[in-house]
Amino acid sequence: MKLLEYQGKELFNEYGIRIPRAHLVSDIEQAKQAAEKLGYPCILKSQLSVGGRGKAGAILKCNTESELGPIYNELMNKEVKGELPTHILIEEIVDMGGELYLSLFLNRSKRRYSLIASAEGGVEIENVENKIIIDVSVDQLSADIAEDVAHKLKLGAKTKASFTEFTMKLSKLVREKEVELAEINPVGILDDDSLIALDSKIIIDDNAMFRHLELKKYEHISELEAQAKKNGFSLVELDGNIAIIGNGAGLVMSTLDMVSDAGGKAGSFLDFGGSATTETIYESLKVISKINRIDAIFVNLFGGIVKTNLVAQAILNAYNSNLICVPVFARISGAESEKAKDILKGTQAKLYDTVEEAIDAMVKEVS
Amino acid sequence: MEFDKMDNEFDIFDILIGKETDEDYRKKPVIIQGMTGSYGSTHTRLMKAYGSNIVAGVTPGKEGQSFEGIPVYNSIAKAVEVSGAKISGVFVPAPFFLDAAKDALDNGIKLLVAIPEHVPIKDSMKVLEYAQRQGAKMIGPNTPGVIVPETMKVGIMPAQPFKAGNTIVFSRSGTLMYEVSYNLTRAGYGQRLCLGIGGDPINGTNLIEAFDMVRNRHDVESIVIVGEIGGDSEEQLADYLIKTKFPKPVVAYIAGRSAPKEKRMGHAGAIIYGNYGSAESKLAKFAKADVPVAKRPQEISELLALKLKK
Repeated sequence: MKLLEYQGKELFNEYGIRIPRAHLVSDIEQAKQAAEKLGYPCILKSQLSVGGRGKAGAILKCNTESELGPIYNELMNKEVKGELPTHILIEEIVDMGGELYLSLFLNRSKRRYSLIASAEGGVEIENVENKIIIDVSVDQLSADIAEDVAHKLKLGAKTKASFTEFTMKLSKLVREKEVELAEINPVGILDDDSLIALDSKIIIDDNAMFRHLELKKYEHISELEAQAKKNGFSLVELDGNIAIIGNGAGLVMSTLDMVSDAGGKAGSFLDFGGSATTETIYESLKVISKINRIDAIFVNLFGGIVKTNLVAQAILNAYNSNLICVPVFARISGAESEKAKDILKGTQAKLYDTVEEAIDAMVKEVS
Repeated sequence: MEFDKMDNEFDIFDILIGKETDEDYRKKPVIIQGMTGSYGSTHTRLMKAYGSNIVAGVTPGKEGQSFEGIPVYNSIAKAVEVSGAKISGVFVPAPFFLDAAKDALDNGIKLLVAIPEHVPIKDSMKVLEYAQRQGAKMIGPNTPGVIVPETMKVGIMPAQPFKAGNTIVFSRSGTLMYEVSYNLTRAGYGQRLCLGIGGDPINGTNLIEAFDMVRNRHDVESIVIVGEIGGDSEEQLADYLIKTKFPKPVVAYIAGRSAPKEKRMGHAGAIIYGNYGSAESKLAKFAKADVPVAKRPQEISELLALKLKK
């Protein structure tokens, strides 16, 4: 689960990591009150989960009261990578003597955490050459390691002490909240040599959410995703017109690739997991039926673990109850595929023995 | 470039099937933790039918019961004491995985096959550290398990796609392991072993460790990798192949070339951040390591045939 900036900052605050004074607003009246309290100039930051907000113009400085309304409206209506905000964070402008970069993330192949720090804050870390990367155990990140990093960053004596403390707090947050990635870019160095988090990027381990009910309030999944999740399905909404469903994440991903190679555009990714019963297939069609842009449904099932006649029955039920009215193209291999073809005779469903045949037929008809 | 410690001492074949001189050769005892649940019981039946020697189940509070003639015990300590098993298939729900796994490792289990999906990363890392301290191995979590075709399996894979032979399949995805193995089987390439690395960000046995297990085996002719977007285990593997001059032909398939960034594609581990985890990065590294990558799972056997001809 990726937190929005203000949510990450709430966690920072909870762990004693300093953040700028700010107010979260969702209408213009609140915005005016907030800006007045903070004083002009101030910063308006669109609360989006996508990255690259600065470049996209979703973070703007507001100099006077007269600018506030137009800037507020501009941000609320600005879509970045397909996402519109519901809230704006209005923040004070902080006087800084310098900026740093700091992150702690799960290094998957090392199966440990990596700490990355740089004296060049505020730019994308991938483009920074002078950075320090060390493997750490978040279970026991010692102050010595943090001090050593501060030393390598060539920080002044007082800033060094602040950095060590700051890093230890972040490490505690990562450990306790089961964070996969915590990035603060930039970390501001204040005049008194203390440090402040000017941004936040935090990703929590979804699989640990069952023991972090305190973070439930930050979950922001769509109604459709919620419905999929309730059924134990994985759903990713995409922007094309072909819904792809199947049993297994890898299989559905590979289907997505093949459809895309053939010139089709996937509109959704749905993995209904290992057990393909008439119910699970029907429920997954129900989820798909709520996505408006879909012109065809592609079903890819690996035969060894499903009874093909059950799949056919689910598709027939979905047509009969008018749940779906678009053609279904299915790759159904296995012992009872002839029976499945019989069941679906006279419907808009077309069954094929191989994925290639099924995709070719679909792309010809739909694109 | 540093690699995870090479661990040639761990012989997975010795654990799974043993040596010809062993009294229980190809009949190594296996315990199933969570055997009485609906998932555990279904697959216990199938594993037994396939030829696995399932000797005991563990479900606290159900000692004295039996399933398919297999006795159930309250604790793994008792199950190990009675059976001498060194392999455990863990079928408990994710929130109970940590305790079940620690219990198994504390009681002499040397190979832990971790089936559950949705295990928290922190728990996987704890179990992994624990296993390393005990000289044990974990496969998974979020894995279909491991199969020695036509001999035994610990996991949830169907029997149909697999046939005995001399190639190896290591896969981050379950269904694609079946799909690719089936393609190999039909093309005449049977498998010596198929092992699910797992779809999570943290894998008990990663690709490099898996390769180490089969590196020097005379009964292994070639290796097939089924990778996917997310993380950099394919990249690390490619470096390892180059650096250690891996002696056997390797071909691969990578799923998720067309997946968007920052979206979790079904598997907890299938997510791209920036370039980290992207298909392009993996394809580029495999090209350097002279590992041909199939565009479709169905193309794997053709690529393997070409590679073996060289």
